[in-house]
Amino acid sequence: MMSVRILASTTERILRQLLHDRRTIALMLVVPIVLLSLLYFMYEDQPVVFNRIALIMLGVFPFTIMFLLTSIAVLRERTSGTLERLFTTPMGKLDLLFACGIAFGLAAAFQAAVTAALAYLLLDLDTAGSAGWVILIAVTNAVLGVALGLFFSAFARTEFQAVQFMPVVVLPQVLLSGLFVARDQMAGWLEAISNVFPMTYAVGALMEVGANSETTATMWRDLGIVVGVVALALILGAATLRRRTP
Amino acid sequence: MASAVEIRDLVVERGTQEVLHSVSAEIRSGLVTGLLGPSGAGKTTLMRAIVGVQLVKSGQVTVLGRPAGSPELRRTMGYLTQSPSVYSDLTVRENVRYFASLYGLGADETDRTIVDVGLEDQARQLVSTLSGGQRSRASLACALVGQPEVIVLDEPTVGQDPVLRDELWRRFRKLAEDGATLVVSSHVMDEANRCDRLLLIRDGSIIADDTPAAVKQAAGTDDLDEAFLRLVRGQGAVDQ
Repeated sequence: MMSVRILASTTERILRQLLHDRRTIALMLVVPIVLLSLLYFMYEDQPVVFNRIALIMLGVFPFTIMFLLTSIAVLRERTSGTLERLFTTPMGKLDLLFACGIAFGLAAAFQAAVTAALAYLLLDLDTAGSAGWVILIAVTNAVLGVALGLFFSAFARTEFQAVQFMPVVVLPQVLLSGLFVARDQMAGWLEAISNVFPMTYAVGALMEVGANSETTATMWRDLGIVVGVVALALILGAATLRRRTP
Repeated sequence: MASAVEIRDLVVERGTQEVLHSVSAEIRSGLVTGLLGPSGAGKTTLMRAIVGVQLVKSGQVTVLGRPAGSPELRRTMGYLTQSPSVYSDLTVRENVRYFASLYGLGADETDRTIVDVGLEDQARQLVSTLSGGQRSRASLACALVGQPEVIVLDEPTVGQDPVLRDELWRRFRKLAEDGATLVVSSHVMDEANRCDRLLLIRDGSIIADDTPAAVKQAAGTDDLDEAFLRLVRGQGAVDQ
Protein backbone atom coordinates (compact mmCIF):
# COMPACT_ATOMS: atom_id res chain seq x y z
CA MET A 1 0.00 0.00 0.00
CA MET A 2 2.75 2.47 0.91
CA SER A 3 5.87 3.17 -1.07
CA VAL A 4 8.98 4.76 0.40
CA ARG A 5 9.85 6.30 -2.96
CA ILE A 6 6.43 7.95 -3.35
CA LEU A 7 6.39 9.02 0.29
CA ALA A 8 9.81 10.67 -0.13
CA SER A 9 8.99 12.43 -3.38
CA THR A 10 5.63 13.65 -2.06
CA THR A 11 7.29 15.01 1.09
CA GLU A 12 9.85 16.76 -1.11
CA ARG A 13 7.10 18.19 -3.32
CA ILE A 14 5.21 19.67 -0.33
CA LEU A 15 8.43 21.17 1.08
CA ARG A 16 9.26 22.67 -2.33
CA GLN A 17 5.82 24.27 -2.48
CA LEU A 18 6.46 25.76 0.95
CA LEU A 19 9.97 26.95 -0.02
CA HIS A 20 8.60 28.78 -3.08
CA ASP A 21 6.34 30.70 -0.72
CA ARG A 22 8.89 32.93 1.01
CA ARG A 23 6.27 35.14 2.59
CA THR A 24 4.62 32.23 4.38
CA ILE A 25 8.00 31.09 5.71
CA ALA A 26 8.76 34.59 6.96
CA LEU A 27 5.36 34.81 8.67
CA MET A 28 5.81 31.35 10.19
CA LEU A 29 9.09 32.39 11.78
CA VAL A 30 8.49 36.03 12.62
CA VAL A 31 4.95 36.02 14.00
CA PRO A 32 5.61 33.72 17.01
CA ILE A 33 8.74 35.70 17.86
CA VAL A 34 6.93 39.04 17.72
CA LEU A 35 4.05 37.73 19.83
CA LEU A 36 6.38 36.22 22.43
CA SER A 37 8.28 39.51 22.59
CA LEU A 38 5.01 41.35 23.22
CA LEU A 39 4.27 38.97 26.09
CA TYR A 40 7.77 39.47 27.42
CA PHE A 41 7.31 43.24 27.69
CA MET A 42 3.75 42.89 29.02
CA TYR A 43 5.00 40.75 31.91
CA GLU A 44 8.40 42.38 32.32
CA ASP A 45 8.01 42.50 36.12
CA GLN A 46 6.36 39.09 36.46
CA PRO A 47 8.84 36.51 35.16
CA VAL A 48 6.88 33.62 36.70
CA VAL A 49 3.75 34.54 34.75
CA PHE A 50 5.76 35.09 31.57
CA ASN A 51 7.41 31.69 31.95
CA ARG A 52 4.05 29.95 32.22
CA ILE A 53 2.41 31.82 29.32
CA ALA A 54 5.46 31.62 27.03
CA LEU A 55 5.69 27.88 27.60
CA ILE A 56 2.02 27.43 26.70
CA MET A 57 2.45 29.60 23.63
CA LEU A 58 5.40 27.49 22.47
CA GLY A 59 2.86 24.68 22.22
CA VAL A 60 0.03 26.78 20.80
CA PHE A 61 1.91 28.43 17.89
CA PRO A 62 2.98 25.30 16.02
CA PHE A 63 -0.44 23.72 16.50
CA THR A 64 -2.30 26.76 15.19
CA ILE A 65 -0.02 27.49 12.26
CA MET A 66 0.26 23.89 11.07
CA PHE A 67 -3.51 23.43 11.39
CA LEU A 68 -4.00 26.41 9.08
CA LEU A 69 -1.28 25.47 6.60
CA THR A 70 -2.42 21.87 6.31
CA SER A 71 -6.13 22.55 6.05
CA ILE A 72 -5.56 25.08 3.26
CA ALA A 73 -2.94 22.96 1.47
CA VAL A 74 -5.12 19.83 1.51
CA LEU A 75 -8.23 21.81 0.57
CA ARG A 76 -6.30 23.10 -2.46
CA GLU A 77 -5.41 19.52 -3.41
CA ARG A 78 -9.07 18.60 -3.15
CA THR A 79 -10.41 21.58 -5.12
CA SER A 80 -7.67 22.05 -7.75
CA GLY A 81 -8.08 18.52 -9.10
CA THR A 82 -4.56 17.45 -8.13
CA LEU A 83 -5.95 15.04 -5.50
CA GLU A 84 -8.13 13.38 -8.14
CA ARG A 85 -5.11 13.21 -10.45
CA LEU A 86 -2.95 11.68 -7.70
CA PHE A 87 -5.57 9.00 -7.10
CA THR A 88 -5.18 7.84 -10.73
CA THR A 89 -1.44 7.29 -10.09
CA PRO A 90 0.21 4.57 -7.96
CA MET A 91 0.11 6.90 -4.94
CA GLY A 92 -1.65 5.49 -1.87
CA LYS A 93 -3.68 7.47 0.66
CA LEU A 94 -1.17 6.73 3.40
CA ASP A 95 1.67 8.07 1.22
CA LEU A 96 -0.09 11.43 0.99
CA LEU A 97 -1.12 11.42 4.65
CA PHE A 98 2.33 10.67 5.99
CA ALA A 99 4.02 12.98 3.49
CA CYS A 100 1.86 15.86 4.80
CA GLY A 101 2.72 14.91 8.37
CA ILE A 102 6.46 14.65 7.70
CA ALA A 103 6.76 17.78 5.52
CA PHE A 104 4.77 20.06 7.79
CA GLY A 105 6.28 18.37 10.85
CA LEU A 106 9.77 19.30 9.58
CA ALA A 107 8.65 22.86 8.97
CA ALA A 108 7.20 22.93 12.49
CA ALA A 109 10.39 21.53 14.01
CA PHE A 110 12.35 24.33 12.37
CA GLN A 111 9.84 26.91 13.58
CA ALA A 112 9.75 25.52 17.12
CA ALA A 113 13.55 25.40 17.33
CA VAL A 114 13.91 29.02 16.19
CA THR A 115 11.14 30.27 18.49
CA ALA A 116 12.38 28.31 21.49
CA ALA A 117 15.98 29.42 20.93
CA LEU A 118 14.90 33.04 20.92
CA ALA A 119 12.68 32.57 23.98
CA TYR A 120 15.50 30.95 25.98
CA LEU A 121 18.35 33.18 24.83
CA LEU A 122 16.75 36.63 24.50
CA LEU A 123 13.53 36.52 26.51
CA ASP A 124 14.96 34.74 29.57
CA LEU A 125 12.55 31.83 29.39
CA ASP A 126 13.39 29.47 32.21
CA THR A 127 12.30 25.84 32.49
CA ALA A 128 13.46 23.24 34.98
CA GLY A 129 13.48 20.58 32.23
CA SER A 130 15.50 20.74 29.02
CA ALA A 131 14.68 22.82 25.96
CA GLY A 132 14.87 19.63 23.87
CA TRP A 133 11.71 18.30 25.54
CA VAL A 134 9.94 21.62 24.97
CA ILE A 135 10.78 21.44 21.26
CA LEU A 136 9.78 17.78 21.02
CA ILE A 137 6.38 18.50 22.58
CA ALA A 138 5.96 21.55 20.34
CA VAL A 139 6.63 19.40 17.25
CA THR A 140 4.19 16.73 18.46
CA ASN A 141 1.65 19.50 18.82
CA ALA A 142 2.41 20.69 15.28
CA VAL A 143 1.79 17.19 13.94
CA LEU A 144 -1.50 17.22 15.87
CA GLY A 145 -2.33 20.43 13.99
CA VAL A 146 -1.44 18.71 10.69
CA ALA A 147 -3.66 15.71 11.45
CA LEU A 148 -6.64 17.81 12.56
CA GLY A 149 -6.16 20.22 9.63
CA LEU A 150 -6.24 17.32 7.21
CA PHE A 151 -9.43 16.00 8.77
CA PHE A 152 -11.23 19.35 8.93
CA SER A 153 -10.30 20.28 5.36
CA ALA A 154 -12.88 17.70 4.29
CA PHE A 155 -15.65 19.89 5.74
CA ALA A 156 -14.68 23.07 3.92
CA ARG A 157 -15.48 23.78 0.31
CA THR A 158 -13.60 27.06 0.02
CA GLU A 159 -10.53 28.62 1.58
CA PHE A 160 -12.86 31.13 3.27
CA GLN A 161 -14.53 28.30 5.12
CA ALA A 162 -11.27 26.52 5.89
CA VAL A 163 -9.80 29.62 7.54
CA GLN A 164 -12.86 29.86 9.77
CA PHE A 165 -12.33 26.39 11.16
CA MET A 166 -9.23 27.81 12.84
CA PRO A 167 -11.10 29.74 15.59
CA VAL A 168 -13.59 26.86 15.90
CA VAL A 169 -10.95 24.16 16.41
CA VAL A 170 -8.06 26.08 17.94
CA LEU A 171 -9.47 28.84 20.18
CA PRO A 172 -11.64 26.75 22.55
CA GLN A 173 -8.72 24.40 23.10
CA VAL A 174 -6.37 27.28 23.91
CA LEU A 175 -8.90 29.03 26.18
CA LEU A 176 -9.55 25.90 28.22
CA SER A 177 -5.96 24.64 28.29
CA GLY A 178 -5.12 26.54 31.47
CA LEU A 179 -3.78 29.68 29.81
CA PHE A 180 -6.13 32.12 31.61
CA VAL A 181 -7.61 30.03 34.43
CA ALA A 182 -5.98 26.94 35.89
CA ARG A 183 -8.04 23.91 34.94
CA ASP A 184 -8.73 22.84 38.53
CA GLN A 185 -10.25 26.27 39.23
CA MET A 186 -12.72 26.07 36.34
CA ALA A 187 -16.38 25.11 36.68
CA GLY A 188 -16.69 21.32 36.63
CA TRP A 189 -18.33 21.20 33.19
CA LEU A 190 -15.62 23.40 31.67
CA GLU A 191 -12.95 21.16 33.12
CA ALA A 192 -14.82 18.14 31.72
CA ILE A 193 -14.74 19.74 28.24
CA SER A 194 -11.06 20.55 28.59
CA ASN A 195 -10.44 16.90 29.52
CA VAL A 196 -11.36 15.81 25.98
CA PHE A 197 -9.26 18.46 24.22
CA PRO A 198 -5.81 17.21 23.13
CA MET A 199 -4.31 20.68 23.62
CA THR A 200 -4.94 20.28 27.37
CA TYR A 201 -2.49 17.38 27.46
CA ALA A 202 0.07 19.12 25.26
CA VAL A 203 0.05 22.08 27.64
CA GLY A 204 0.09 19.69 30.60
CA ALA A 205 3.23 18.02 29.26
CA LEU A 206 4.91 21.41 28.71
CA MET A 207 4.06 22.43 32.29
CA GLU A 208 5.70 19.24 33.56
CA VAL A 209 8.88 20.11 31.66
CA GLY A 210 8.68 23.63 33.07
CA ALA A 211 8.45 22.42 36.67
CA ASN A 212 10.66 19.31 36.75
CA SER A 213 14.28 18.79 35.76
CA GLU A 214 13.64 15.11 34.99
CA THR A 215 10.87 13.63 32.84
CA THR A 216 7.80 12.71 34.89
CA ALA A 217 5.16 10.02 34.53
CA THR A 218 2.54 12.73 33.99
CA MET A 219 4.57 14.17 31.10
CA TRP A 220 4.83 10.77 29.44
CA ARG A 221 1.12 10.13 29.94
CA ASP A 222 0.17 13.53 28.49
CA LEU A 223 2.54 13.16 25.55
CA GLY A 224 1.18 9.66 24.94
CA ILE A 225 -2.39 10.99 24.84
CA VAL A 226 -1.40 13.64 22.27
CA VAL A 227 0.32 11.01 20.10
CA GLY A 228 -2.80 8.82 20.39
CA VAL A 229 -5.03 11.67 19.24
CA VAL A 230 -2.64 12.31 16.31
CA ALA A 231 -3.01 8.67 15.24
CA LEU A 232 -6.79 8.83 15.60
CA ALA A 233 -7.04 12.10 13.64
CA LEU A 234 -4.83 10.65 10.86
CA ILE A 235 -7.10 7.61 10.58
CA LEU A 236 -10.16 9.87 10.43
CA GLY A 237 -8.31 12.06 7.91
CA ALA A 238 -7.59 9.02 5.74
CA ALA A 239 -11.30 8.22 5.75
CA THR A 240 -12.02 11.65 4.26
CA LEU A 241 -9.69 11.06 1.30
CA ARG A 242 -11.95 9.36 -1.22
CA ARG A 243 -10.59 7.87 -4.39
CA ARG A 244 -14.02 7.86 -6.00
CA THR A 245 -16.17 10.95 -5.70
CA PRO A 246 -19.68 11.78 -7.02
CA MET B 1 -9.30 -5.65 -32.82
CA ALA B 2 -9.06 -6.08 -29.04
CA SER B 3 -10.76 -3.52 -26.85
CA ALA B 4 -8.80 -1.67 -24.19
CA VAL B 5 -11.85 -0.35 -22.39
CA GLU B 6 -15.24 -2.04 -22.06
CA ILE B 7 -18.19 -0.19 -20.62
CA ARG B 8 -21.31 -2.21 -19.76
CA ASP B 9 -24.63 -0.65 -18.73
CA LEU B 10 -22.93 2.18 -16.88
CA VAL B 11 -25.30 4.33 -14.82
CA VAL B 12 -23.99 7.39 -12.98
CA GLU B 13 -25.99 9.71 -10.78
CA ARG B 14 -24.84 13.10 -9.59
CA GLY B 15 -27.08 14.44 -6.87
CA THR B 16 -30.60 13.44 -7.86
CA GLN B 17 -29.87 13.54 -11.59
CA GLU B 18 -28.88 10.58 -13.66
CA VAL B 19 -26.09 11.83 -15.93
CA LEU B 20 -25.22 8.57 -17.71
CA HIS B 21 -28.08 6.26 -18.68
CA SER B 22 -26.97 2.69 -19.09
CA VAL B 23 -24.05 3.50 -21.36
CA SER B 24 -22.32 0.60 -23.14
CA ALA B 25 -19.32 1.05 -25.41
CA GLU B 26 -15.98 -0.43 -26.34
CA ILE B 27 -12.81 1.53 -26.87
CA ARG B 28 -10.42 -0.26 -29.16
CA SER B 29 -6.85 -0.76 -28.29
CA GLY B 30 -4.14 1.19 -30.11
CA LEU B 31 -6.53 3.76 -31.62
CA VAL B 32 -7.44 7.37 -30.96
CA THR B 33 -11.09 7.53 -29.95
CA GLY B 34 -12.75 10.93 -29.93
CA LEU B 35 -15.44 11.59 -27.34
CA LEU B 36 -17.76 14.30 -28.61
CA GLY B 37 -20.97 15.86 -27.47
CA PRO B 38 -22.54 19.10 -26.24
CA SER B 39 -21.28 20.42 -22.93
CA GLY B 40 -23.11 18.76 -20.05
CA ALA B 41 -23.67 15.59 -22.12
CA GLY B 42 -21.57 13.45 -19.75
CA LYS B 43 -18.16 13.36 -21.46
CA THR B 44 -16.16 14.20 -18.34
CA THR B 45 -18.24 11.82 -16.21
CA LEU B 46 -17.57 8.98 -18.65
CA MET B 47 -13.84 9.76 -18.64
CA ARG B 48 -13.77 9.87 -14.83
CA ALA B 49 -15.46 6.45 -14.78
CA ILE B 50 -12.77 5.07 -17.11
CA VAL B 51 -9.93 6.29 -14.89
CA GLY B 52 -11.79 5.02 -11.82
CA VAL B 53 -12.44 8.18 -9.81
CA GLN B 54 -16.18 8.40 -10.52
CA LEU B 55 -18.68 6.90 -8.07
CA VAL B 56 -20.98 4.79 -10.24
CA LYS B 57 -24.48 3.60 -9.45
CA SER B 58 -24.38 0.42 -11.52
CA GLY B 59 -22.68 -1.20 -14.47
CA GLN B 60 -19.07 -2.15 -15.15
CA VAL B 61 -16.08 -0.42 -16.63
CA THR B 62 -13.18 -2.72 -17.50
CA VAL B 63 -9.78 -1.40 -18.54
CA LEU B 64 -7.20 -3.84 -19.96
CA GLY B 65 -9.24 -6.68 -18.46
CA ARG B 66 -9.39 -5.25 -14.94
CA PRO B 67 -12.08 -3.22 -13.16
CA ALA B 68 -11.48 0.52 -13.67
CA GLY B 69 -9.52 2.05 -10.81
CA SER B 70 -7.73 -1.20 -9.84
CA PRO B 71 -4.35 -0.61 -8.19
CA GLU B 72 -2.60 -2.51 -11.03
CA LEU B 73 -4.08 -0.10 -13.57
CA ARG B 74 -2.75 3.01 -11.86
CA ARG B 75 0.73 2.59 -13.32
CA THR B 76 -0.65 2.26 -16.83
CA MET B 77 -3.18 5.12 -17.00
CA GLY B 78 -2.59 8.73 -17.96
CA TYR B 79 -5.34 11.22 -17.17
CA LEU B 80 -5.64 14.87 -18.11
CA THR B 81 -8.44 16.63 -16.21
CA GLN B 82 -10.43 19.32 -17.95
CA SER B 83 -9.12 22.19 -15.85
CA PRO B 84 -5.34 21.93 -15.42
CA SER B 85 -4.47 19.97 -12.29
CA VAL B 86 -0.90 20.99 -11.58
CA TYR B 87 0.64 22.71 -8.58
CA SER B 88 0.66 26.41 -9.45
CA ASP B 89 3.27 27.13 -6.76
CA LEU B 90 5.82 24.79 -8.37
CA THR B 91 7.76 25.18 -11.61
CA VAL B 92 6.81 23.18 -14.72
CA ARG B 93 9.82 20.94 -14.22
CA GLU B 94 9.09 20.36 -10.53
CA ASN B 95 5.52 19.38 -11.40
CA VAL B 96 6.47 16.93 -14.15
CA ARG B 97 9.34 15.57 -12.09
CA TYR B 98 6.97 14.88 -9.21
CA PHE B 99 4.47 13.01 -11.35
CA ALA B 100 7.35 11.10 -13.01
CA SER B 101 8.60 10.06 -9.57
CA LEU B 102 5.20 8.50 -8.77
CA TYR B 103 5.90 6.05 -11.61
CA GLY B 104 9.51 5.55 -10.55
CA LEU B 105 10.84 7.65 -13.45
CA GLY B 106 13.52 10.29 -13.28
CA ALA B 107 14.97 13.40 -14.88
CA ASP B 108 15.43 12.03 -18.42
CA GLU B 109 11.77 11.14 -18.81
CA THR B 110 10.81 14.49 -17.22
CA ASP B 111 12.85 16.55 -19.68
CA ARG B 112 11.75 14.50 -22.70
CA THR B 113 8.07 14.97 -21.83
CA ILE B 114 8.49 18.72 -21.29
CA VAL B 115 10.00 18.98 -24.79
CA ASP B 116 7.15 16.88 -26.18
CA VAL B 117 4.56 19.41 -25.04
CA GLY B 118 6.72 22.35 -26.16
CA LEU B 119 7.41 23.85 -22.73
CA GLU B 120 11.22 23.57 -22.67
CA ASP B 121 11.59 27.37 -22.52
CA GLN B 122 9.19 27.58 -19.58
CA ALA B 123 10.54 24.58 -17.65
CA ARG B 124 11.93 26.71 -14.83
CA GLN B 125 8.93 29.00 -14.62
CA LEU B 126 6.34 28.77 -11.85
CA VAL B 127 3.06 27.40 -13.23
CA SER B 128 1.20 30.38 -11.73
CA THR B 129 3.08 32.68 -14.14
CA LEU B 130 2.14 30.71 -17.28
CA SER B 131 -0.58 31.56 -19.81
CA GLY B 132 -3.74 29.42 -19.83
CA GLY B 133 -2.59 27.38 -22.81
CA GLN B 134 0.86 26.80 -21.32
CA ARG B 135 -0.68 25.75 -18.03
CA SER B 136 -2.84 23.12 -19.69
CA ARG B 137 0.23 21.83 -21.56
CA ALA B 138 2.04 21.55 -18.22
CA SER B 139 -0.90 19.47 -17.00
CA LEU B 140 -0.72 17.40 -20.21
CA ALA B 141 2.98 16.71 -19.58
CA CYS B 142 2.08 15.36 -16.12
CA ALA B 143 -0.55 13.08 -17.71
CA LEU B 144 1.84 11.71 -20.36
CA VAL B 145 4.98 11.35 -18.28
CA GLY B 146 4.54 7.76 -17.11
CA GLN B 147 4.44 6.31 -20.66
CA PRO B 148 0.88 5.13 -19.97
CA GLU B 149 -0.84 2.44 -22.02
CA VAL B 150 -4.28 4.02 -21.71
CA ILE B 151 -4.41 7.79 -22.01
CA VAL B 152 -7.58 9.71 -21.16
CA LEU B 153 -7.46 13.36 -22.17
CA ASP B 154 -10.29 15.73 -21.28
CA GLU B 155 -10.16 18.57 -23.82
CA PRO B 156 -6.37 18.64 -24.22
CA THR B 157 -6.22 21.31 -26.92
CA VAL B 158 -8.47 24.00 -25.45
CA GLY B 159 -6.72 27.37 -25.51
CA GLN B 160 -3.92 26.21 -27.85
CA ASP B 161 -3.11 28.00 -31.11
CA PRO B 162 -3.55 26.10 -34.41
CA VAL B 163 0.17 25.31 -34.76
CA LEU B 164 0.42 23.83 -31.27
CA ARG B 165 -2.86 22.02 -31.71
CA ASP B 166 -1.50 20.37 -34.84
CA GLU B 167 1.71 19.40 -33.03
CA LEU B 168 -0.21 17.93 -30.11
CA TRP B 169 -2.38 15.85 -32.43
CA ARG B 170 0.73 14.54 -34.22
CA ARG B 171 2.02 13.61 -30.79
CA PHE B 172 -1.23 11.78 -29.91
CA ARG B 173 -1.04 9.94 -33.26
CA LYS B 174 2.55 8.92 -32.51
CA LEU B 175 1.53 7.61 -29.08
CA ALA B 176 -1.19 5.49 -30.68
CA GLU B 177 1.28 4.20 -33.29
CA ASP B 178 3.54 3.17 -30.43
CA GLY B 179 0.68 1.09 -29.03
CA ALA B 180 -1.13 3.38 -26.58
CA THR B 181 -4.92 3.68 -26.48
CA LEU B 182 -6.19 7.25 -26.42
CA VAL B 183 -9.57 8.66 -25.45
CA VAL B 184 -9.76 12.36 -26.26
CA SER B 185 -12.74 14.63 -25.67
CA SER B 186 -13.14 17.69 -27.82
CA HIS B 187 -15.52 20.32 -29.07
CA VAL B 188 -13.61 21.00 -32.26
CA MET B 189 -14.74 19.11 -35.33
CA ASP B 190 -11.51 19.28 -37.31
CA GLU B 191 -10.03 17.36 -34.37
CA ALA B 192 -12.78 14.74 -34.64
CA ASN B 193 -11.60 14.17 -38.21
CA ARG B 194 -8.20 13.15 -36.87
CA CYS B 195 -9.63 10.39 -34.67
CA ASP B 196 -9.87 6.74 -35.70
CA ARG B 197 -13.22 6.29 -33.99
CA LEU B 198 -15.83 8.64 -32.63
CA LEU B 199 -18.16 8.26 -29.68
CA LEU B 200 -20.97 10.80 -29.82
CA ILE B 201 -22.71 11.38 -26.52
CA ARG B 202 -25.87 13.36 -25.92
CA ASP B 203 -27.81 13.73 -22.66
CA GLY B 204 -25.95 10.84 -21.08
CA SER B 205 -26.46 8.36 -23.91
CA ILE B 206 -24.22 7.26 -26.76
CA ILE B 207 -25.83 8.25 -30.06
CA ALA B 208 -23.06 7.20 -32.43
CA ASP B 209 -20.04 4.89 -32.20
CA ASP B 210 -18.22 4.65 -35.50
CA THR B 211 -15.41 5.96 -37.72
CA PRO B 212 -15.58 9.65 -38.69
CA ALA B 213 -16.44 8.64 -42.27
CA ALA B 214 -19.29 6.39 -41.18
CA VAL B 215 -20.63 9.07 -38.83
CA LYS B 216 -20.73 11.53 -41.73
CA GLN B 217 -22.42 8.98 -43.95
CA ALA B 218 -25.04 8.18 -41.29
CA ALA B 219 -25.85 11.86 -41.00
CA GLY B 220 -25.97 12.25 -44.76
CA THR B 221 -23.33 14.98 -45.06
CA ASP B 222 -19.62 15.36 -45.86
CA ASP B 223 -19.19 17.97 -43.23
CA LEU B 224 -18.47 16.61 -39.75
CA ASP B 225 -19.67 19.83 -38.12
CA GLU B 226 -23.01 19.46 -39.87
CA ALA B 227 -23.11 15.72 -39.13
CA PHE B 228 -22.57 16.45 -35.47
CA LEU B 229 -25.37 19.04 -35.39
CA ARG B 230 -27.78 16.71 -37.19
CA LEU B 231 -27.04 13.78 -34.90
CA VAL B 232 -27.22 15.87 -31.73
CA ARG B 233 -30.55 17.34 -32.84
CA GLY B 234 -31.72 13.82 -33.60
CA GLN B 235 -32.20 14.29 -37.34
CA GLY B 236 -29.82 11.81 -38.98
CA ALA B 237 -30.24 10.67 -42.59
CA VAL B 238 -32.53 7.88 -41.44
CA ASP B 239 -35.04 10.32 -39.98
CA GLN B 240 -35.21 12.51 -43.04
